[in-house]
Amino acid sequence: MTFNFIMQNLVNALQWGSFYALIALGYSMVYSILMLFNFAHGDIFMVGAYIGLFIATGLIALFGAGAGAALPGWVLLVITILASMMLTALVGVIVERVGYRPLRDAPRASAAITGLMIGIILETSNILFLGGQRLKFPSLIESHTYNLGGVFITNKKIMIVLVSLSLMIALHQFVTRSKWGMAMRAMAYDFVVVPLVGVPINTIAAMTFAIGSALAAAAGILFGLAYPVLDPYMGVSLGWKAFVAAILGGRGSILGACIAGFMLGFIEIMTIPAIQIVNRLFALNIGSNLRDLIAYSIVLLILIFRPHGLFGEVYSAKLRL
Amino acid sequence: MVQTTNMTSLASGQNPVQRFFAQVPLLGFLLGMLACVLIEKLIGEGLAGLLGLSQMPVLFGLVTIFKVIAGGVNTIFKDAAFEPASLMNIPRALVYFGLVYLLPMTLVAKYSAGAANRIAYGLQRSSVLLSVLVHLAILYAVLHLWGTMSDYRVITLKLMLVAVLLTLSLNIINGYMGEFSCSHPGFMAIGAYMSSVFTVGLFVDDKVLGAAKMGFSLAYLTFPLALIFGGLVAAFCALIVAIPSFKTRGDYLAIISLAFLFIVKSFFENVQALGGARGISGHPDWASLPVIFCTVVLGIWAINNFVTSTMGKALNAVRDDESAAEAMTVDTRKTKMIAFLFGAFWAGMAGGLLAHVLRYVNPAMFGIQKLAEVLAMVYFGGLNSVVGSIVGAVSISLLGEALRPLEIFKWIVIPLLLILVMIYRPTGLIAFREFDVRKILQPKGSRGEEV
Repeated sequence: MTFNFIMQNLVNALQWGSFYALIALGYSMVYSILMLFNFAHGDIFMVGAYIGLFIATGLIALFGAGAGAALPGWVLLVITILASMMLTALVGVIVERVGYRPLRDAPRASAAITGLMIGIILETSNILFLGGQRLKFPSLIESHTYNLGGVFITNKKIMIVLVSLSLMIALHQFVTRSKWGMAMRAMAYDFVVVPLVGVPINTIAAMTFAIGSALAAAAGILFGLAYPVLDPYMGVSLGWKAFVAAILGGRGSILGACIAGFMLGFIEIMTIPAIQIVNRLFALNIGSNLRDLIAYSIVLLILIFRPHGLFGEVYSAKLRL
Repeated sequence: MVQTTNMTSLASGQNPVQRFFAQVPLLGFLLGMLACVLIEKLIGEGLAGLLGLSQMPVLFGLVTIFKVIAGGVNTIFKDAAFEPASLMNIPRALVYFGLVYLLPMTLVAKYSAGAANRIAYGLQRSSVLLSVLVHLAILYAVLHLWGTMSDYRVITLKLMLVAVLLTLSLNIINGYMGEFSCSHPGFMAIGAYMSSVFTVGLFVDDKVLGAAKMGFSLAYLTFPLALIFGGLVAAFCALIVAIPSFKTRGDYLAIISLAFLFIVKSFFENVQALGGARGISGHPDWASLPVIFCTVVLGIWAINNFVTSTMGKALNAVRDDESAAEAMTVDTRKTKMIAFLFGAFWAGMAGGLLAHVLRYVNPAMFGIQKLAEVLAMVYFGGLNSVVGSIVGAVSISLLGEALRPLEIFKWIVIPLLLILVMIYRPTGLIAFREFDVRKILQPKGSRGEEV
């Protein structure tokens, strides 16, 4: 119950927040281009995790695991992440083509309903084809625990945070430096005029879905490494919370989504030690499962005082609803 | 000549079915339904036996048909043995449906049209209220007779009526006011818990809420009070969403309402005095079909009056352009506040009813799944429309029940259907239509046109 304890929770929060941040990026990018939220995104995260699971299992069957393996574990991990990012990107493109492109001129709420329904279809297909039981994600790399002055850090935690940070930086570079990124930013700036000067709206929209889904797949595999039990509804709670993070960061803001994702992770993890401290100081008996209640009350307060999120622009009252 | 054909086709509609029933008023259809349920009550069992069905089809034969389809699907996906003999159940169910429902309905509706028109005309001339009451009485008789034939039908009817009320209350906020509110399961949960505290806490010995505080033989008369109490508390809690809505709109309000839903759910999961995650059970069996029917009719009446009043117009003005509404002296804050509180009140009532229909309540009932279900009903039926909400709630609940034999496939069929509806009719099946009782009940045909 000291500095170490707080630091330990901080490390956990960093890991937990990186999942939120990676998923929130997908919501935020789609929002900035198409002005709608892809409510199937949480389930795309789930699909990404499952695709990763199959690729990883297949690779282990091919090359073996552990000390006698033909290839080291981290190579398999890299292959798994890259391959499932690509496949999940394809899933994202299909979702956009089937569910969102026909509804581009419809009221935004209709697109939201379509997204919710695609999510349900993805969950159900998973149960249908895999039988609905929980599957164990194979441990591709060996777990080592380092003791840094009383704070325990595993190599997986370090890897998760590093991979997600590097993906975020890569995305940032892509959006700010490349030609496609410029097209995306232009599209986010003006949805109506930019297609008139020759930017292909359908390609950009599909690409946005692809990138968002790829990031979600990466988050899914990292999640599988940290919490190796997958179930078909894993995307629901994580996805909705990441959605909250995307809004909290300011809609359409990539930096905001990252920061808000980490922040939500911190709030969720840190409420438990905070409750313990309060309990000890005032001799109270507050249950630590009040986590959600406290976390969302904080979110509510932030939104009441900053109605446009942390980094969001102030939009006019008239929306495309 | 050309003009006359045009006139008649305009008057009676292009559809041959519509043309066939053009002269039939609502009363005629209600009489037809009454005939159907009477026939089913009298000969349903015998006819089912005669056709070789093992039991009377519960939902117009839909369940029977989907059971056969589910058998086929299971053969493909699960390698279950397919029984070709079960295929015969499809024509059997269709014949049953035709003989018991379709044929009497058509004949009675068509041939009682003259008499029904005269009665409807007379009723409407004396008083609209009387006319409404007569229609409702017949409707209730139909539902009651249809329901008494099996317990399954009663529970389906009850849940359907509760869903109607809930969908309408959400349509006030999402349809008429044009916000995307995700907080409705939260309001429902508050209403359900508060009315449960009222009824279970006061009148029933219970493990969670302790021994009965009082008890008298007419205790069920306090049930409306319990529902209203639940609704009022829900409306009070709706202030948490209503006040931020002054400054925020659209997505941010959606998140605030979503956060509200999570907070409410987490609150009820953690308050051990209310049973924690296990919730409360042992509700008295007070939510009978007539009680629910009356509450829902009252709800439809109140909500329809609300949305057709000046306040309802103000809601639409706020939805279409808030600044313009403000400039035209609409008090936007008051409007939003009233809409949220009113919607939450009826959602709380629906929650109270649901808790007493199921006779238990726990926090897991009011999660994201419930939200998706209610949203689906509102957007399937149609925004900004009372009829649309009724149609949406009834059809989604009926579909949910009819597809039950398909088990998990149900959750692929229903979402696919909704996606198709969203693609081809983005605002729902019957959107932006006014619910005018006078127009619906009016007699049709020659006598009607004289008026």
